[in-house]
Amino acid sequence: MITLVKRPEPSRAFSLAAPLLAVLATMVFGGLLFAALGKDPVLAIRTIFWEPLFGEFAFFYRPQLLIKGAPLVLIAIGLSLGFKAGIWNIGAEGQYIMGALFGAGAGLAFYPADSVLIFPLMVLAGALGGWIWAMIPAVLKVKFGTNEILVSLMLVYVAEQFLASMSLGLLKNPEGFGFPGSRNLQQYASAHNAELITGTGMHWGVVAAFVAVIFAYVLLARHRLGFAIRVTGEAPRAAKFSGVDPARLVLFCLGTSGLLAGLAGMFEVAGPSGQVTIDFNVGYGFTAIIVAFLGRLHPVGILLAGGLMALTYIGGDIAQSKLGLPAAAIQVFQGMLLFFLLAFDLFTNYRLRPGRAEVV
Amino acid sequence: MTFMKLLASAALVAGMATAAFAESHGKTKVGFVYVGPVGDGGWTYEHNEGRLAVEEEFGDKVETVFVESVAEGPDSERVMTQMALDGADLIFTTSFGYMDPTINVAAKFPDVKFEHATGYKRADNVSTYSARFYEGRAIQGHIAGKMTESNIVGYIGSYPIPEVIRGINSAFIHARKVNPDVQFKIVWAYTWFDPAKEADAAKVLIEQGADVILQHTDSTAPQAAAQEAGNVVTFGQASDMAQFAPFPRVSSIIDDWAPYYIARTKAVMDGTWESKDTWDGIGAGMVGIGEITDAVPADVKDEALALKASIADGSYHPFTGPLKKQDGSDFLAEGETADDGTLAGMNFYVEGIEGDIPQ
Amino acid sequence: MMDLSAINPLLFIAGFFVAATPLIFAAIGELVVERTGVLNLGVEGMMIMGAICGFATAVETGSPLLGFAAAALGGAALSLLFAFLTQVMLANQVASGLALTLFGLGFSALLGQSYVGIKPPRLGDIDFGPLADIPVVGPILLSHDIIVYLGIALVVAVWATLKFTRAGLVLRAVGENHDAAHALGFKVKRIRTLAIMFGGACAGVGGAYISLIRVPQWTEGMTAGVGWIALALVVFASWRPFRVLLGAYLFGGLVQLQLNLQGVGVAIPVEYLAMSPYVITIVVLVVLSRDSNRAPGSLGRIFHASH
Repeated sequence: MITLVKRPEPSRAFSLAAPLLAVLATMVFGGLLFAALGKDPVLAIRTIFWEPLFGEFAFFYRPQLLIKGAPLVLIAIGLSLGFKAGIWNIGAEGQYIMGALFGAGAGLAFYPADSVLIFPLMVLAGALGGWIWAMIPAVLKVKFGTNEILVSLMLVYVAEQFLASMSLGLLKNPEGFGFPGSRNLQQYASAHNAELITGTGMHWGVVAAFVAVIFAYVLLARHRLGFAIRVTGEAPRAAKFSGVDPARLVLFCLGTSGLLAGLAGMFEVAGPSGQVTIDFNVGYGFTAIIVAFLGRLHPVGILLAGGLMALTYIGGDIAQSKLGLPAAAIQVFQGMLLFFLLAFDLFTNYRLRPGRAEVV
Repeated sequence: MTFMKLLASAALVAGMATAAFAESHGKTKVGFVYVGPVGDGGWTYEHNEGRLAVEEEFGDKVETVFVESVAEGPDSERVMTQMALDGADLIFTTSFGYMDPTINVAAKFPDVKFEHATGYKRADNVSTYSARFYEGRAIQGHIAGKMTESNIVGYIGSYPIPEVIRGINSAFIHARKVNPDVQFKIVWAYTWFDPAKEADAAKVLIEQGADVILQHTDSTAPQAAAQEAGNVVTFGQASDMAQFAPFPRVSSIIDDWAPYYIARTKAVMDGTWESKDTWDGIGAGMVGIGEITDAVPADVKDEALALKASIADGSYHPFTGPLKKQDGSDFLAEGETADDGTLAGMNFYVEGIEGDIPQ
Repeated sequence: MMDLSAINPLLFIAGFFVAATPLIFAAIGELVVERTGVLNLGVEGMMIMGAICGFATAVETGSPLLGFAAAALGGAALSLLFAFLTQVMLANQVASGLALTLFGLGFSALLGQSYVGIKPPRLGDIDFGPLADIPVVGPILLSHDIIVYLGIALVVAVWATLKFTRAGLVLRAVGENHDAAHALGFKVKRIRTLAIMFGGACAGVGGAYISLIRVPQWTEGMTAGVGWIALALVVFASWRPFRVLLGAYLFGGLVQLQLNLQGVGVAIPVEYLAMSPYVITIVVLVVLSRDSNRAPGSLGRIFHASH
């Protein structure tokens, strides 16, 4: 038999090697899956991982990685703060929607005025929208002890109904011949979150994502609040003795994650997406939860995990189109990748030792 | 593709020069962007049937590619761009929400032709196409008006958008024409896809006395609910839903994109493609009427088929005056027919329908 | 115009049972899992696996009941993946559960490619004979298929097992404090793995109820978020079996109610009616959260016997 022994310190070597091993294992098993579906496994794997980065049209796909990855990273950074402290916001999707609605609403309210103040105002409104939506579970938790998982999740569905209502009503494009959906903010210069340098994919949301990574890193490593977050997650009782106010922590963590999710929604609606529509939200809020954990709740890890997820989305679409793989196969492939990433993480904290199993 | 070939093509293509690249392999490449999975059994399923028909028709001369479950917004823009980069000559984008992305991508690839379903924005290389489903609704309304005994017809809507409202109006006008006492009960599901909710909506309508159910959602859930109730009439939507024939499903509206997709692919092959707006109905075969089963009395069936024929040959328009709007104001004068602009953006009920359109 | 009398109260209440059944199965399974201290967010994935396994089997064999058995197996099989990740590889439960949902949605779609547009064999309602004619009780309680009653029976069984049996005691002990349970000689991982499989089987049956009875058809992603509601219900129920029942009826009933109100033309905007089940669930939760709703002590924490 073999037993697992906890390492005194997480292995640095393995924390780097584990993701590589996981990607390799996914290539093998994913390749088997693709072969079973009658596709060339090597070609499929290369299309997913290689094509977007170094393929013929990488000049187009590389910026797309930023566009796809930025909202994931921005949201995941916020979530990771709460997750570290054992505060579970799983309603980022709703906060993302509300950020977009507030942001777009603020911009459209001034249409067609032309002012440099409109975009900053939208940024504030978007952050506010997400923040408010996250403060509902936060305040209920602090006041009544209500479980934040349930409330934040329920509020996703409420936000989706708001989104539909706004797309069909208040924010509907008056020149849209009765069709649902708002004006396209891409065509409203003062409100447009355009690429900062054409062709790079760099928009303000990408900048915000990078800033958030740095902000979170500094907060967790240097700041008292970061210390409070870590202690609360690891030893709640000890945290209390060391003077951490749990209520304030809940308000801060949920508020910050809502704010960042709201910003992500706002930058998306004002930039790459352009429009408030019934189907504006595409699951970034939920995927970001996976990204946060894949990144081991570490800011730099989240950055890398967000990039990897974005890569599989983009590569997956290419593989669908070029090789005729069904979208479901790509989903299974992503699922496998996550499984292996999570599983191989074991060896970062544990090592194998020959010996007896679970000792009684 | 071998590594050498990859190197060679990387050296060859330095920008977005696609047309030449496409010609080099001799086939016409047609791309399809789908909003749902091919296995949705409804909207996307029927578009994919159209794609398969294109392959069948042209065999080796054509290559089709598709990506399913593509979210509207930046994802769709990326997928379209990718297809264009990979040498597609013609790209069908099959959801209303792809409108602005289609226009954006089309501007970058002037040599690639784009076809956007159900939208209204066109460009030199962007056509739009849609189906006059309301023509089929007229026939359903006629049968519904004749078949109902409770005089309550249930209608399951997805979202209150012009497409759905137009269908409700068309069905209602023709149900009232043959049955002045008929009432419509309309329930909005506020979702495109949630079979369980559709089942609930159908059951609720049946419980509230409806003995005919019309649906503007694509699952067979209402059919099953009607079958269980035993005496409720339904119609197939998007696909034929023949598995529920001859009863409760007594007829259906079928989205048939194949003739259009074949014609447009042919036009690209022949170099005769040009931007236009197509809104075809029963006449052109874009809207199919599934077999009317024997559960419908023979005389009603004959009337329905006559109605279908008159719509098909253009002698009758489902929106022909005199018609008033719900609020009593005039909509169409005697003999006047609705123009396409009015129909496209229809956001009001006709006179006689109860309840408000959610705003 | 608004005529509430069009709503038949008997049929309306009877409708609760059907609407709530998928939720009951999925939630009661997850409740047992969480009571052992494991948080499996993959309910949606296991449900959809059950939906396709049940559908395919029912279509191939012609027997809906065999279909339900296959659904339980399918759900349990998928849950084993989660058990392996979290119990053997000690992976994070939240992330593993989410990955499971992603995987299940994709895998079920692959399995189901040839089952689109097919009608499954029908499972009839139980014939209670003359009992079904009893006023009020008959139409509300005695007009359903066997799975509805199985669901209720399962809740009772889980309640009784947790409360009165040694197995239930062990299960709760593992969930409250896995280190102490381990010290007492209980096989924490084995117990948790069994619970996870039970949860998977229940979720599978819940999914199959949607594909075989409620809808019935197969389409990709057809569970459309029911698994998430089931997860929320467990929290709502404060990890108590009978509150799961209550919550499922409340939620199912609210959805029915809003559709009914639309049907009779109540002058509340539809979108607000549509969001009402979620808002009311939050309100009820706030009211309920005054009394203890403490989660199992070890919920979501990784267990590894180090000594």
